Order: sequence, then C-alpha cells, then structure tokens
Amino acid sequence: MDSTRRSFLKIAGLSVLGLGAKPVADVIAQGGQPKIMPDPKAIVGKRWAMIVDQKKCLNAKEGCKDCVVACHTVHNVPDFGNPKDEVKWIWQTSFDHAFPGAENDYIQDYVKDSLRGLPFVVLCNHCDNPPCVRVCPVQATFRRPDGIVMMDYHRCIGCRFCMAACPYGARSLNWRDPRPFIKTPINRDYPTRTRGVVEKCNFCDERLAKGLIPACVEACKDKALIFGDLEDTNSEVRGVLRKNPTIQRKPHLGTRPEVYYIL
Amino acid sequence: MYNSGKIIIGIIIFLGLIAYPFWRNAGKAATPPKLEVGTQEKQCVEPTPYMKSSHMQLLDQWRNDVVRDGKRIYVNSTGKAFNMSLQNTCTNCHSKKTQFCDRCHTYVDAAPKCWDCHIEPKEQEQQAARSDK
Amino acid sequence: MLEKALTGNRSYFGWIAFLLILLGIGFQFYLRQLSYGLGITGMSRDISWGIYIGQFTFLVGVAASAVMLVLPYYLHNYKIFGKITILGEFLAVASVAMCLTFIIVDLGQPSRAFNVLLYPTPNSVLFWDMVVLNGYLFLNIIIGWTILGAERKGAPPPKWVKPLIYLSIPWAVSIHTVTAFLYAGLPGRGFWLTAIMAPRFLGSAFASGPSLLILFCLFLRKYTKFDAGWEAIQTLSKIVTYAMIISVFFVLCELFTVFYSQIPDHMYHFTYLFVGFHGHSGLVPWMWLCIVLAAVALTILINPKTRNNETTLPIACVCVFFSLWIEKGITLVLTGYIPSPLETITEYSPTVPEMGITLGVWAMGFLILTILYKIAITVKEDEAADAH
Repeated sequence: MDSTRRSFLKIAGLSVLGLGAKPVADVIAQGGQPKIMPDPKAIVGKRWAMIVDQKKCLNAKEGCKDCVVACHTVHNVPDFGNPKDEVKWIWQTSFDHAFPGAENDYIQDYVKDSLRGLPFVVLCNHCDNPPCVRVCPVQATFRRPDGIVMMDYHRCIGCRFCMAACPYGARSLNWRDPRPFIKTPINRDYPTRTRGVVEKCNFCDERLAKGLIPACVEACKDKALIFGDLEDTNSEVRGVLRKNPTIQRKPHLGTRPEVYYIL
Repeated sequence: MYNSGKIIIGIIIFLGLIAYPFWRNAGKAATPPKLEVGTQEKQCVEPTPYMKSSHMQLLDQWRNDVVRDGKRIYVNSTGKAFNMSLQNTCTNCHSKKTQFCDRCHTYVDAAPKCWDCHIEPKEQEQQAARSDK
Repeated sequence: MLEKALTGNRSYFGWIAFLLILLGIGFQFYLRQLSYGLGITGMSRDISWGIYIGQFTFLVGVAASAVMLVLPYYLHNYKIFGKITILGEFLAVASVAMCLTFIIVDLGQPSRAFNVLLYPTPNSVLFWDMVVLNGYLFLNIIIGWTILGAERKGAPPPKWVKPLIYLSIPWAVSIHTVTAFLYAGLPGRGFWLTAIMAPRFLGSAFASGPSLLILFCLFLRKYTKFDAGWEAIQTLSKIVTYAMIISVFFVLCELFTVFYSQIPDHMYHFTYLFVGFHGHSGLVPWMWLCIVLAAVALTILINPKTRNNETTLPIACVCVFFSLWIEKGITLVLTGYIPSPLETITEYSPTVPEMGITLGVWAMGFLILTILYKIAITVKEDEAADAH
C-alpha cells in the first residue's frame, strides 16, 4: 500500500475515534446515572398464594360476585356478552367443573347440602411449575421470583400456545378490540389490552407494587379469599393452611398450583 | 447500445417519477408543528433534548423495568424520583395529547401503538398550558 | 429457470388465474381479520386453535413426505426414484410455505411475529418449530433448485449439495416430530398427551404425502411429456399402503389404551369424536367419513390388482389424502379442546372469512407448487428432447 493511502487511513481512523469521543464525554458529563428501583411502599413476598375458603361464602349475600366484579373493574376487563369472545380473569363455576375428576358420588351431597350448592371461585393458579410459561415462544408469560405468573402484553404475539397448555382454562385471548366492551367505569390507573393478546389474573401485581392487597381479596366482605406469602411462616396463609385441610385443582399434573381450596 | 433512444427516454421518465416527492415540494419548507406541552413544569423526566430524541427508548426501558422486573420508581440523572408509567406519570403533565404527542407524531409519520392499550388522558383535565417555541 | 413458469398453454394460465383469484379473496378476508381480530373466525375461549392450526398440522406431514423419495434414492441408490425426487422436494417447499403462512394468519399480533427470533426461548416447542420449519424450507429450496439447475445444464450437481441432502432426511423427521411435540407435551390436554403422537404424525405423513405425489405423477403423465415411470408410482403406492395401515393401527392402539383403562377424562374426547358426548356430536360425521375413506383406501391398496390399476389407484390416493386431512387437519386439533379442562363442551365451526382465508392459503400453496412443477417439468422435458 503506498504511503498516501496509508496516511489517509490513519487520519480516517483517528477522526472516527475523535467523533466517538464527544458522545462518551457527554455521557460522563451527565453526572448522576438514572436508577431503577422498586416502590418502597410495595408489599414484597417470596411465594404468593391464595386460599379460597368456600365455607365463608355461606355468609355472603345471595348471588354474591364481589370478587369477580372487583377484579374485572380494576383491570378494565371487557364484557363481550357471549361465551365465544369471553374474557375472564376470575369466575365462578360448579364443583365438578372446578375439580373435574375429583368428584366422588357423595361429594355432590356435601356441596349441595352443607355448601348450599354455592359456586367455586376459579382463577389462574400461579403455578410453581407452570406449563404456560414453558411453552411461550417469546417469554411473554413468565414466572416472577415471587411466584406470580405474569403477562407481558407488549410482547405477546397471540399464538395461544399458553391457552392450549393451561390445564385450568385460566387464560383468555382478546378475540376483538376490548375497549368498546368495557362495561364498568374505566380504571384510569390501569391500561386496557388490545386485540390479539392473551390475558389472565396477575395476582394484582400493580396493586401489590403500591402496597395494596389484590382487588378480589379486598372486595370479599366475608373474608373468603386469603392472600399471603407462603415463605413467611407467620403469615395468615400459613396459619390457615396449618389448621385446615385443603385441596387443589389437578395437583397430579405436577403444576404445583398456589391456590388452595378449603371445602 | 440497441434502442438507445427509447432506453434513455425511459430512464429519464423513470427518474422523474421517482423524484416526484422532491421536486413537487421544492422550495417549500415543511415547518415542524407548534406543540402545546400542557404543563407549567420546567423539565420533563429527563432534559428536553434527550426526551426529544429518545423518549421512545426511555419508554421501552420503562416498560421492561415495570412489567418484567417489577420495578416502578425511576430516579433521573438529577435525583428526582418518578413513577414509571405512561398513562399515570407522563400524561399527568402532557395531558393535551392531540396538541402535543399527536402533532409531532403525525408530522414525522410515526404511529405508536401505545394508545391501543394505554388510556389516553382526558382532554378536559388540562392544566395551565405553555406553548413550546 | 424462473422464466420457464412464464410460458404455457391456455389451461396453465387459466389455472394460475383461478389460483390468483382465490388468493386475492383470501387476502381480502385476511385484511378484515386484521382489523376485526381473530374473533372473525369460529375460534373461542374454549377452542383457541381451529382450522388454521389444523391445516398447518396436516401440511407438516405432507411436507415431510419428500424424504420418502430422497431417502431411498440418495441413501440406498434406488434409481427408480431419480426422476421424481425433485417433485417431492418442491412439494415440500410449497407445503412448508403453507404451514408458515397458516401460522402467521393464526397469530393474534402478526406484526410481532419476529419476537420469536428476538427473544429465542429454547424451552418452547414453538420456537423449535419455527427453526425446523424455516430450515426445512430453505434446505429444500436450495437442494431442489441447485439439482434442477445442474440437470438443466447437463452437468452433475455441485458437491456441497450432498451433505445438505443427507441433512434433509433427519430434518424431515424433525419437522413433524417437533410439531407433534407441540401437542404431546401439554399436561392439561389428555387427548394429545400420548407418546405415539410423533409416530402417528410420521405414519400419516408417509401416507398423505406420497399419495398426493402419486396423483401428481399420474396427472403429469397424462397432460405433459413427463413420465415418472410406472415402477416409481408402484413403489410409492406400496409406501402409502403400509403407512396407511400403520396410521390406522396407531389410532386403534389409542382407542384400546383409552377404553380399556376406562379413565373417564381420557375417554370423553374419543367418545365425543366417535359417537358424541352430552348431546354434542359436531365432529361425529367427520370422523366416520374419515373412517369410511380409510376403509375404501385400504381395500383398494391392499389388493395388488386394484393397487396396480391406473383407475382405482388414484381413487385410493384421494381417499387416503382426504381421510388423513380430516384426521389431522380437523379432528386432531379440535378434539383436544372438547371437553375443555373444566369438562365443559364448546363446539366449533369455521366462519366464512376463516374458510376464505384457508382457501386463500391453499391457493398460495398450489400457486407455488404449480410454478415450481412447471419449471421442473419443462427442464426435464427439454432435457429429454435434447437427448434424442
């Protein structure tokens, strides 16, 4: 290579370095770097769980749906009015739908008589070994270290593999634009979703982050829903679990659900 | 070259068609729109030049921090703390969406999909406005 | 070589125009789906995968059938298949293109499809499905085009094609194994949770794909100067016969396991499929049509006289193809959701836009196939003409 070309390249290389110096200097000159941190008011736990105490529902008013209404209002869940497009985070169903395969001939007698045929509340179980997280191709659904199985609506591609994988039918796709169908007053603190993404109960992580308990737990006046940290041996959930036998939905599948039911 | 007459004429016509957007707007300046910032606050989350160039990068970082990492407080380079939320923090100040966000986005032909989910600020809840130069 | 697809007779261009019209209609419906949402289809909260995924499931099998020609010819020197391996490879290209398109039209947020590449997730079978399907598509495009191009020039193909060909053999097995794994690893769906899901996919692939190839070979024999050779068609028909027997055997194995063990929630799906369940019987006529078609097909195929007959063989192939299309393309996906995990029943029927889009994607696949086959046939016809 002749000397003029070599010197041109040298000068070019130095100029590029020089050009790069200014942005670097700018960043250093900025002084403080931005910091990201959790809200100090947040309720922090190591393994969140919920207990549904069916017997407490016996004290409730006729046709009580407070937990469902609270959840769907706080989260701007749409009401499409038909089972095809339905989106639901928490809902009520009969014993044999909540616990298929767990029924014996005489448990229905118990449910009909002692539990007055009351429906069971079902929601996402926030499993410790969630099949939905295993199958999501983009990690739009993922398990937080504190046990909550989260949805990242920004990343969801709407493939619905998670809906196929969930053994509890806990997930709903927005088959259409949900905004015109939000029948409750809009909660301006929480976004809506858009068509084509899957949604489900999130254990009210946005409320926990502000120091509030989940909306359904707060709304239940009969204290049938108990929410707490299983890793805290002094928590209410641990106390209740010590004193009451509980069943879970489809435990034999190995999903390790974190919602417990007291019959 | 064979048929050079036809080809050269064809090339000229093609170039003319391709350059249409340029010579049609020649001599006209497309002025950037005036934006109604919507608040009396002197500074945004970060300095204005940074926000002008990189607010989308900041919002992308915020959404990952909030949704995926569960962290909601942003302490900016001057030490001020903010809640990382488009619809609860940003639009508290920039409440005139059509006169601030939309004007510039329309001008540069950007169509952010944020508002498909995030709730737009109510136009009535306007604080005292200050126009940007 | 692409210019060879631009010449043809009136029927050729008529066929292309017909396909383009179907494609256009499908595309219009797809634009409507983009603006309305997936709710425009018959899918629902309980049946979250419908015929889009069903067609993809079936076509993965058809795509893998290229290996049925490649393996004997390249691995075992079965020269009889020499003329038609290109048909298998191009069928694979068209089928995989259809598979990928069906997946895209099924997405709720298709503009985010690249997230699968941006955020690779090795624990997700869908990630691997994307990898193997795209890999197989490129493999077959490169292999087919290179070998055809070499043939056209009258030269042997370049040496680097050989390892790609050998790679395509296990890769073909991988595409339907991975697709079967989409279904077979889900704990909440008892109908799909079977170890023989991947073997079933293989069995139906090697029956449906080659039967389509036989039909193409017979068509080309009649309407072009390309003759695959009766012996090649014969071997293919034997492959279809055995693969179909194995597929039927696999279904019988499933029935035995489920009904002899008498586990209720396993039985419910099969009961719904074959006789109806709790008053719902939407898929029963489809399942029995599938069985009847399979029976007719096997009757023709097992008897060598009818299998070797140029009139009855195509009938058998059509029966095989449609029987497996119903089994993999319709009943497999839908029955997984019926009953739901809460043991409720929601039924499904596709809507007009959904069928329009499906037809449009099939038209796209046939368009790709027609163009590629036209090129291949023209090259081979020219080559045969030059040889005289």
